[in-house]
Amino acid sequence: MSNPQTLYEKIWNAHVVEKRDDGTCLIYIDRHLVHEVTSPQAFAGLRANGRKVRRPDLTLAVPDHNLPTTPRVDAAGHRLPIADPESAQQLDALERNTREFGVDYIDAVAPEQGIVHVVGPEQGFTLPGTTLVCGDSHTSAHGALGALAFGIGTSEVEHVLATQTLLLSPSKTFEVRIEGELGVGVTPKDVILHVIGRIGTAGGTGHVIEYTGSTIRDMSIEGRLTIANMSIEGGARAGLIAPDETTFAYLKGRPMAPKGAAWDAAVAYWRTLPTDPGARYDRTILIDATQIAPSLTWGTSPEDVVPITGVVPDPESFADPSKRVAAQKSLDYMGLAPGTPIAEVPVQHVFIGSCTNSRIEDLRAAAAIAGGRHVAEGVRALVVPGSGLVKRQAEAEGLDRIFRDAGFEWREPGCSMCLAMNPDKVPPGERCASTSNRNFVGRQGPGARTHLVSPAMAAAAAINGRLSDVREFDLGVQA
Amino acid sequence: MKPVTQVSGRAYPWGAKNIDTDVIIPAHWLKTVTREGLGKGAFETVRAEPGNIFDDPRYAGAPVLIAGDNFGCGSSREHAAWALADMGIAAVIAPSFSDIFSGNAFKNGIVTVVLPQDAVDRLVEVAKTDSVSVDLETMTVTTPFQDRFAFELDPFRRQCLMEGLDEVGLTLARDAAISGYEAGVAHDRPFMAGERFHASAAA
Repeated sequence: MSNPQTLYEKIWNAHVVEKRDDGTCLIYIDRHLVHEVTSPQAFAGLRANGRKVRRPDLTLAVPDHNLPTTPRVDAAGHRLPIADPESAQQLDALERNTREFGVDYIDAVAPEQGIVHVVGPEQGFTLPGTTLVCGDSHTSAHGALGALAFGIGTSEVEHVLATQTLLLSPSKTFEVRIEGELGVGVTPKDVILHVIGRIGTAGGTGHVIEYTGSTIRDMSIEGRLTIANMSIEGGARAGLIAPDETTFAYLKGRPMAPKGAAWDAAVAYWRTLPTDPGARYDRTILIDATQIAPSLTWGTSPEDVVPITGVVPDPESFADPSKRVAAQKSLDYMGLAPGTPIAEVPVQHVFIGSCTNSRIEDLRAAAAIAGGRHVAEGVRALVVPGSGLVKRQAEAEGLDRIFRDAGFEWREPGCSMCLAMNPDKVPPGERCASTSNRNFVGRQGPGARTHLVSPAMAAAAAINGRLSDVREFDLGVQA
Repeated sequence: MKPVTQVSGRAYPWGAKNIDTDVIIPAHWLKTVTREGLGKGAFETVRAEPGNIFDDPRYAGAPVLIAGDNFGCGSSREHAAWALADMGIAAVIAPSFSDIFSGNAFKNGIVTVVLPQDAVDRLVEVAKTDSVSVDLETMTVTTPFQDRFAFELDPFRRQCLMEGLDEVGLTLARDAAISGYEAGVAHDRPFMAGERFHASAAA
């Protein structure tokens, strides 16, 4: 028997086209997702050099980042124009480029349109054992299905379009093992925030994380996508979860997944992928899931994590002098005083959406809190489904009614308030409980203050008008 | 890409840690379809602060930026590298970089130099008054005060930088190997191709 290998090593080895003397490898890319913001310059580069897209059949384009989340057609079914001329130009460029180069394109008004990282798994475009890239750092999400998936820059987008490969050096492996049952009100979002709080935003640099352990095995694909999505917030370009029966059940019958005999052959292959017993990781940490509380961020880095029962930390409490300075700057920006109980902090905005938390289970969890209650006065709360198909499903389950009756806005799919590239922004100095992935300075708009939370905690914050412990609510039927 | 062997001149003595790509170039600047002109949006939130380093006339047009740990973390936007290049930065020195950013920088002819924290601290001090020099030939960073810090760089990246090579062109020349790989997968694991996207009738 050959040496025991990790999941990462198996996928890597199966994709080496050529190995160079210096150890870098030409790696084959099985799937390429393209969106409007990071692709125009790549297509322009192809055009300037008279190059083609090598494998349009392995490439899928969909607009998401700067598409407004307001209605896209009027009552008569006519398309509404995009008000911002720069956004309109970028969206036009994607449509034109995909037509010119023969790439499959999901139109802004198609029911399948959505955030790239929601669309990929939903369509079965993302498959275990594949290499998948996209010009977006949250491509790590697709690792939830056992795909080696990572974000790339626009020059690499051009390289993949032209050659279907990338020149890469192997990464180190980092096992994040999470064991035990999650407490009431504790969700995958709380788990990954807790992990990032532990390892820091540079903890995974140079590594591919593999999430293992009973907590992960017991998690749905939606939950695993939330976990793998935020690998990049821990510095890891990719995060992997071994494919299992949950994965196969999720993928079976998806439009772009293999069918018939090809499906059976695929499953047989996918069963060979999980890390072998005795395989070694470069680094391992163990997390006791039973000790994780509903968690959120207090500062301007995703590693600034506290349990909802905690207080805003005192910068003086940090041993590292540079952290002390950074914490003080964060608190000044966030308008928070040390020692303030985090659950007393008022919010003016709530955003439920983004590639981290906009799938059907996320919406169900938020609706379970919102049902029969009402958004607090002075709070604007947005629910933005991750795709048109998620939106339809939620509407079929009546979730849209629950949200609307509770005073939430029910929007069209897209990246929305996650990144201040479209009209959905948080005004300067105002505070948002957000299910997205980054609380950087200015991320949700210049001067905006972001607290990263789970969908249930976001809904709770909307109802109470302040950051809130979701366990204050009746969680008898919590999703 | 223009070949680069040496980057010499004034350096922004910044040293700040965990500078994310939203700070390097905020998202509203990303609605462009070209690579040029992003320098005016670079470090917009930092530049809003009075007395900031980027508007200090002593460092105007400096080709080197000295930063802290984990420079370029966050979003994969190559606009961050384009913005730096557009403001004339050709080398960044820091104790560590995010993986995606350092790849993007390299693809745009920007040298990312990893040096230990104490060397970076020393260079921040020097850069307040004097110039620094990054040399790819000798793989060192030097100052007018006999400081000499050796650094490492992936040999392939170094060669591409020094010769100004077009990586896409280089890989296209490996077409036979890529086609060979594709034929192997089509034979051994045909299911990897999956099905093509079909828009629903309602579209």
